[in-house]
Amino acid sequence: MSDETKPNGSGDTSSVAAAVSAADAGGTPATTIEIPREKLTKKAITADHPTWCPGCGDFAVLASFYKVLEKRNLDHEKIVTLAGIGCSSRFPYFVNGHGAHFIHGRAVPLASGISLARPDLNVFLFGGDGDGFSIGGNHLNHGARKNVNLVYFIMDNFVYGLTKKQTSPTSPIGFKSKTDPTGAIDQPVNPMKQLVSAGATFIARTHATQVKHMMEMIERAFDHQGFSVIECLSECVEFYPDVFDPADPRKGGSFELIQEKKWDNTPEDELRHDVTDELAAYKLAQLPFPGVFGVFYQSDRPTKNALEKKWIETTRAKTGNASDLELLQKTFDRMK
Amino acid sequence: MGEPNNPDITAVQQSAAANVQVPDRADLRPENINDAVIRLAGNSQDGIQTAGAFLARLAGRSAQDVMTYMTIPATISGGPSIFQVRIGSGEVLSAGDEADFLVAFYQHSYHDHIGFLREGGVLLYDSDNVEPDLDDKRFVYVGIPITGLTVEALGGTAKDKGKNIFVLGLIAKIFHLDQEKLVALMKEKFGGKDESIVNTAIMAFTAGYAYPVGNLLTKLYQFEKIDKPGGRAQITMDGNQALAYGLLAAGVRFGAGYPITPWSSVMEVLRRELPKYGGIFVQAEDELASVSIAIGMSYSGWLAVTGSAGPGISLKTEAIGWASMAEIPLIICNVQRGGPSTGLPTNVEQSDLHQAIFGSHGDSPRVVLAAATVEDCFYIAIEAARIARKYSTPVFILSDTSLATRIEAFDEPDLAKIMVDPKPDLTARQTHKPYPLDQITQHVPPGARILDGKYPLMSGLEHDEMGHPTGSPKMHMAMTAKRRNKLRKLADDIPTPEIYGDEQGDTLLVGWGSTYGPIHDAVKRAREHGEKIGALHLRHIHPLPNGLEKIWPKFKRIVVVEMNDAGVYGYGQLATILRARYCESKIESVTKTDGLTFRVKEILENVFKGKTYARNIPRDGAAVEHHGTAPENVKHLKEVVPQGVG
Ligand SMILES: Cc1ncc(C[n+]2csc(CCOP(=O)(O)OP(=O)(O)O)c2C)c(N)n1
Ligand code: SF4
Ligand SMILES: [Mg+2]
Repeated sequence: MSDETKPNGSGDTSSVAAAVSAADAGGTPATTIEIPREKLTKKAITADHPTWCPGCGDFAVLASFYKVLEKRNLDHEKIVTLAGIGCSSRFPYFVNGHGAHFIHGRAVPLASGISLARPDLNVFLFGGDGDGFSIGGNHLNHGARKNVNLVYFIMDNFVYGLTKKQTSPTSPIGFKSKTDPTGAIDQPVNPMKQLVSAGATFIARTHATQVKHMMEMIERAFDHQGFSVIECLSECVEFYPDVFDPADPRKGGSFELIQEKKWDNTPEDELRHDVTDELAAYKLAQLPFPGVFGVFYQSDRPTKNALEKKWIETTRAKTGNASDLELLQKTFDRMK
Repeated sequence: MGEPNNPDITAVQQSAAANVQVPDRADLRPENINDAVIRLAGNSQDGIQTAGAFLARLAGRSAQDVMTYMTIPATISGGPSIFQVRIGSGEVLSAGDEADFLVAFYQHSYHDHIGFLREGGVLLYDSDNVEPDLDDKRFVYVGIPITGLTVEALGGTAKDKGKNIFVLGLIAKIFHLDQEKLVALMKEKFGGKDESIVNTAIMAFTAGYAYPVGNLLTKLYQFEKIDKPGGRAQITMDGNQALAYGLLAAGVRFGAGYPITPWSSVMEVLRRELPKYGGIFVQAEDELASVSIAIGMSYSGWLAVTGSAGPGISLKTEAIGWASMAEIPLIICNVQRGGPSTGLPTNVEQSDLHQAIFGSHGDSPRVVLAAATVEDCFYIAIEAARIARKYSTPVFILSDTSLATRIEAFDEPDLAKIMVDPKPDLTARQTHKPYPLDQITQHVPPGARILDGKYPLMSGLEHDEMGHPTGSPKMHMAMTAKRRNKLRKLADDIPTPEIYGDEQGDTLLVGWGSTYGPIHDAVKRAREHGEKIGALHLRHIHPLPNGLEKIWPKFKRIVVVEMNDAGVYGYGQLATILRARYCESKIESVTKTDGLTFRVKEILENVFKGKTYARNIPRDGAAVEHHGTAPENVKHLKEVVPQGVG
């Protein structure tokens, strides 16, 4: 995902030059000091004990995230976890790394600013359905349209957890909440459809009880360049228990995976899903609850990061890579 | 025009139709002047602003002091528009209350603006469109068929487009302006485009310059030459440009915004310029996003800027509170306009001061600075960046419509001394506490290794020294005090402002923001009339600088002059704060809310009720009145505030 930081591989103790330079961020390199680096462990990235209710689906998401970080052995200081407000948005407190716990609904623009200014970082964003689809809904659309390079993990529990059981934008019609005591009446958001039409370039769906699948989705989102969103059904045991059982085989449901095309020219492949086909993704998103899981859509449209970088490079070249001082002086000379 | 104030101009009055034969007087000797206020009044599509800007830039290039004032219609399709330029050989403090020289393109321009022409002033009018009241003997009338002559000069195809440049030629002749420099400026401005545009402009200019205007006036004028001792070259720009370039000089390389009048041109400059410096300015989907993006950029180690006008700042306030709580450096520009709500989008007001200082839920300390002049827009940006970085805090820069839209010439900044190296500091730290109780927070951006393995979390929940949430009452008290104490530290770090005029005496005028010019001009004029008066201008408004408490006892009266409402308790926004801070009952308040900049005369009339130091000119027929907001005046406001904008 990050521009510069390709995963460090799986060597145990690698001694990497500590990035004491702002070169990645457009500056000139400063001194480079060799500071030995341990392999990233779960222990190193674990912070406060989560404050979630016992049994909350979000625990599994956290565990999967730790595992992916460990497996990819990312540079510790380049992991950035961010969130808005909600139970799920408490996430950054439970990860020992650079991070920020922002305001309700605005974490997508926060993360976009970080990603654009510092393409060398690995930007991970976490949040809930209310945070992402309601108060932050417009930012989701525009982050997707602009294809800012980041991973956005949405823990969808069909309810407002932190504020104790109000209707959420993904609550199904009929859900009885404190704000809809006789059952929700408003049409819920269909996250997959919304993300496809908004222009996100990696869109996947998973389930918090399916840890292997969840990890696979996180890794694929991480490897994708662009606005990568994962919707994860993550049960709120407190305010909407058992709602995702229909997709949990251990509870008698079925976890139906999307079969992606292998491009192997077999007749079976005809029936498989082409992840680059928007209309096909839209059709999958129409399936009745609990629907299917896996990658709905993926395309390699250029990221905003890359487009801005290109603009910078062409503009800088036109100025003959003049220094900041020369540039501003030239501008002022024209104003004399 | 010039001093003494009554240059005794006589002119041959010429009716619009008749072409009176006059003797050739092209050998008129120019009279030396040191100050002139020229007002061009027409419609926005006539290119009034372009002609005015040429005058301003020429004055800047000739090392004259210059200040302009303009109104832009809020409707794009046209409507009345003016450009006023004041050119002086000495210090020009304000754009001028009255015009010495009025150019009227239309009958409505004449009607609306004749009231601004001083007695004895020259009305130059387009005799194809304007019929002035020649019986009013207070003014000198010069009628020239501007439209017809322009069409003639340009061969008819361009219709009357080019009138503005024709008039520029006329003015150049009358004021002995440097013709070659003007032509060079035109080539710079129109060059690069279609060559025929440059040629047309030069044709129009030459026609205007060649017109025998000397036959109509008994005098031509010439600005006194001034030698600025060791002066730096002058550069000419508007306040929004100065603000944007100030940010660039201050090392701001990233930012985000959403368009709104009168802030937009700041973000337009930044969007265009930043890539040259390796930076990015994002046009976001709204102000909630733009402030959040800018906070993200700042968090990442690059001090970033966002900005807007009142409506957009209102949307940003929740996130600004977060920056205050999480102690993230950030610059927020508010180019103020008339409010509340959509208010007066193209008029000036200083009514967002309390919003800047207090606008948030909770106790959320932030710094508030205000630019005094166009030049100061440049330097205030540098000061804002210094403070934001050193104190890890959001910093507001207040500007306003009048600074944003007017052009001034000022000494070229010494960039080699000023420019700041903006790179994020990613050096590895042995250990790092983001919120130490006994120190000012120093933001450490992601990408910096923390060798003891404990990484910082920036938090909007009340937190402990490591950024982890806490509900402890003791910690909330300690952290609230920590966030506020750094502003007290900052107050020790800013100089007490100097007093202009008398350092002690009867009256002290206190101002902030764009009222600097008229307030200082008012002090100058009142002192000429023997008043013991001084002016104190605040650039740092929150926190206030130390030492003001020592200034108040030196004056009998303290009058705060500002463009906002006197409010429920009778005091303007700064006056309210000063009264609360100093419990100084001497502090009085002069306010107004007509959406127009203060005139010098208006200040003097309000401060010295009963006495009038301004020359008292009857203003019969003046459609636009500036004083007060009495109902009969408010209706005239419509004529300068085009309706129907969103
Ligand atoms: C501006 C603002 N409005 C409302 C709230 C209150 N609030 C906090 S979290 C939340 C909803 C959270 O729901 P969701 O995003 O689904 O997260 P969950 O708790 O379910 O994980 C609300 C309404 C707030 N913190 N800020
Ligand atoms: S309220 Fe629901 S979402 Fe929040 S922690 Fe408890 S179970 Fe999880
Ligand atoms: Mg939820």
